[in-house]
Amino acid sequence: MPLALKTYSTVAEAGSALKAADARYLGGGTLVVRAANEGDLSFSTYVRSTDPLLSAIMVEAGVVTVGAGVTMAAVARHPELTAIASAAKAVGGPAVRNMATVGGNLFAAAPYGDFAVALLALDATVHTTAGYLGIDEFLAGRDSSDAVVASVSFAVPAAGKFRFLKAARIKPKGVSIVSIAAVIETDAGGKVTSARIALGCMADRPIRAKGAEKALIGAMLTEDGVAKAVAAVGEGTSPITDAIASAWYRSEVLPVHFRRLLLA
Amino acid sequence: MAKVPVQFTLNGEEKAEFVDSGATLLKVVRDKLGDTSPKSGCNQGTCGACSVLVDGELRLSCLTLAETCEGAHIVTTGGLAKDGVLHPLQRAFMDEFAAQCGFCTPGMIMAAKALLDRTPDPSRDEVVEALSGNICRCTGYEPIIRAVLTAARANSQNAA
Amino acid sequence: MKLAKSYFADQRKDDLKELGQGLQRSDVPGHVTGKTSYFADRHFPGMLYLKMVRSPHDHARIRKIDTSEAEKHPGVARVITHKDVPHNVYTILILIQVGPEDEQVLAEDKVRWKGEAVVAVLADSQRAAEEAAAKVKIDYEVLPAVLDIEEALKPGAPLVNEYHGQNYYMYDSGASRKVRFGDVEKGFAEADHILEQTYFSSPIEQAPTETTGCIVTPDGNDRFTCYTNTQAMFFTLDNTSIILQMPGHKLHMVGGTVGGGFGGKVDVTVEPIAILAAKLTGRPVSFIYSRHEEMQISSPRAAEKIVLKDGVMNDGRIVARQVWGYTDAGAYSRHSPYGAQKGAAHYPGPYTIPNVWVDTWCVYTNRTPSSAMRGFGVTIADFALEVQMDKLARLIGMDPLEFRFINAYRDGDMKAHRQETTGAALIECMQEASRLADWPVAEKYLQMSSYKGS
Repeated sequence: MPLALKTYSTVAEAGSALKAADARYLGGGTLVVRAANEGDLSFSTYVRSTDPLLSAIMVEAGVVTVGAGVTMAAVARHPELTAIASAAKAVGGPAVRNMATVGGNLFAAAPYGDFAVALLALDATVHTTAGYLGIDEFLAGRDSSDAVVASVSFAVPAAGKFRFLKAARIKPKGVSIVSIAAVIETDAGGKVTSARIALGCMADRPIRAKGAEKALIGAMLTEDGVAKAVAAVGEGTSPITDAIASAWYRSEVLPVHFRRLLLA
Repeated sequence: MAKVPVQFTLNGEEKAEFVDSGATLLKVVRDKLGDTSPKSGCNQGTCGACSVLVDGELRLSCLTLAETCEGAHIVTTGGLAKDGVLHPLQRAFMDEFAAQCGFCTPGMIMAAKALLDRTPDPSRDEVVEALSGNICRCTGYEPIIRAVLTAARANSQNAA
Repeated sequence: MKLAKSYFADQRKDDLKELGQGLQRSDVPGHVTGKTSYFADRHFPGMLYLKMVRSPHDHARIRKIDTSEAEKHPGVARVITHKDVPHNVYTILILIQVGPEDEQVLAEDKVRWKGEAVVAVLADSQRAAEEAAAKVKIDYEVLPAVLDIEEALKPGAPLVNEYHGQNYYMYDSGASRKVRFGDVEKGFAEADHILEQTYFSSPIEQAPTETTGCIVTPDGNDRFTCYTNTQAMFFTLDNTSIILQMPGHKLHMVGGTVGGGFGGKVDVTVEPIAILAAKLTGRPVSFIYSRHEEMQISSPRAAEKIVLKDGVMNDGRIVARQVWGYTDAGAYSRHSPYGAQKGAAHYPGPYTIPNVWVDTWCVYTNRTPSSAMRGFGVTIADFALEVQMDKLARLIGMDPLEFRFINAYRDGDMKAHRQETTGAALIECMQEASRLADWPVAEKYLQMSSYKGS
């Protein structure tokens, strides 16, 4: 079947069109057009929506709702999202960031999807045409999803609470060896009261480092204080192997980068 | 194969074409409109050789569907020289020996233009960042970085 | 940039006009305006797109090829198999009598590497060609594969390439290319120290920004114009002529600016089959590697294994050097018998050693055929040689640069492969490097000259 593009004015209509077996949702094109260019025959219809809600960023009472069509560049330059700009800037080069979308990043297979790692640490809620889903649940079921993502929402972290690190072989732009995002709260004495840690490239999609999260509670962010969490960060991971790094290498360097992130 | 109408401007000229639905902007600009300055190096968004400006923003034309550019203003390196006068970036790439095989050059110049249009006096780090989505396999990046900085200086001298 | 005119000043006229001057490249105005013409910068009405069906196996026997479903796919103009290729078994260097022909243009009975071309599908669009290619059915019997040099040379290893009969190239000198100079065993017996080390390298992909490809138009009169980015126009013309059994005057090969090659576009892989397709369909044909094909299918620099054994004296003289070099050609010769031979001549390096013994082997494995890349045959050899030189210097407690001065070849020295050294400038390069890198050496080395007559 030749390729074709179908454009809908609302997300709901696009959601209906996406039920067709040969349809794939077109966001910025960096994943889906690439797939078609590389000979992916599993779809022949691009579905997209020009719904203005998709490109909106709304901040209300400390909670931000980012339209799924918002690009990495738009996130990176938004004045109220400076706390998470580092994660948006970690994606691709300038042209990719002008195209790649928040919604698309949720579907990016490792080694891509650095921004989704951030969203996982931020405990985002994903608003789809099939309803609201917590991001853990969304990521787990994304392969079988035929819903359109309309937006994601999350509490904007206070300055300094959100930490993000991407390790790559090429600077400034390179594919991830590993990316790590963390939202860490401490009490007045500096003890960790809560921690949400997400890892990229340590599975086929972003995953939580639950062992490390647990080990951090009550710990001080010092060399000794983080030792247990650092030792636990690889628990339950199954890193990818690609041209950038082997699974073994990723496992070896993960604790190193995690320690740096915690002590930064 | 379904043909769909598309209108946009290419380097200031109005274009109206019937294109295959799902065709990339790269393919339409090269094969239909005859501007072969954007190159197909990877067709996967990795090399930057197909970079163009769409409404002033740097885009990868190999991953952009032509239909999504309805009403847009598209600029390519092929349209940069005006009345035979080279753009300062083109002049600087020549003077700084910033091209060898030339295949990455049109994309590099577009990425550099996207930077200088917003940041006329960039730091070296900003230039490196701006070119980070473009791959060169011949000359190495130093002459290219120097060329962009040279062009920025030339611009500021002209403005002064 | 500094032009040092003091070296060899008495041997030449000081009339250099261009050296040391800035000079604009003649082709750069085209590059910066996007006007430079590359082979793919043309589009013809009715053009067909060629998609190659490739082996998914490292090594397999082909039981059956069924193209019937692919032929019926909408938009398909033609499907091409080995039966359509007039002279299907070729080797590039047959042009200079380096045989045997060992590679099938389209695989007939066997595939010997993952990615080998089997069936070419031609359709109105890239998409239709890809869809039809997915409908080609090939029944394979998977065979044991040999994926490294050492395995390939073991007795009883699976035979990679029947056209050779053994897993290495048979030179007129035997199983390896040989250099014998002086008496290496005597040299080792005299040496104060002996150091034997093994060096390995991986294949390296040239990764040009422009992928390999060509566009062919039938001109009528059974003549064809082929716009190609080959780096080896006459290899391409002559091999195409042999494969298609067409006289050269029927083949109008048009080159031009190549978007990076680095040796990766020296093999003859796209033009014969694209011209054949244009001949069989009467339509223009575009055959351009995808980025994936460029990285996985185009021939990389060979993997190598190099064993270096050196005898060295405490005063710094290397008195014996023995070398075993192995080039991983992959499944087919391409340019590797030449690369391995080049290594044999190169191995002593730019050093004068009285006793040298070299064996270089061109080994066949079920890997992607390797071929040319920037100084192939000598580049990895130089890596090994220079690492070895540093190790030898350390072994005898000598400065590594002074160690090289002691052994550097000079005009009049006989090299191991019986070429007398002329025009050497290694000593002068090292003198200049010593100053520029602020790596001081003893004054006596700064007084040396490559020119023994001075």
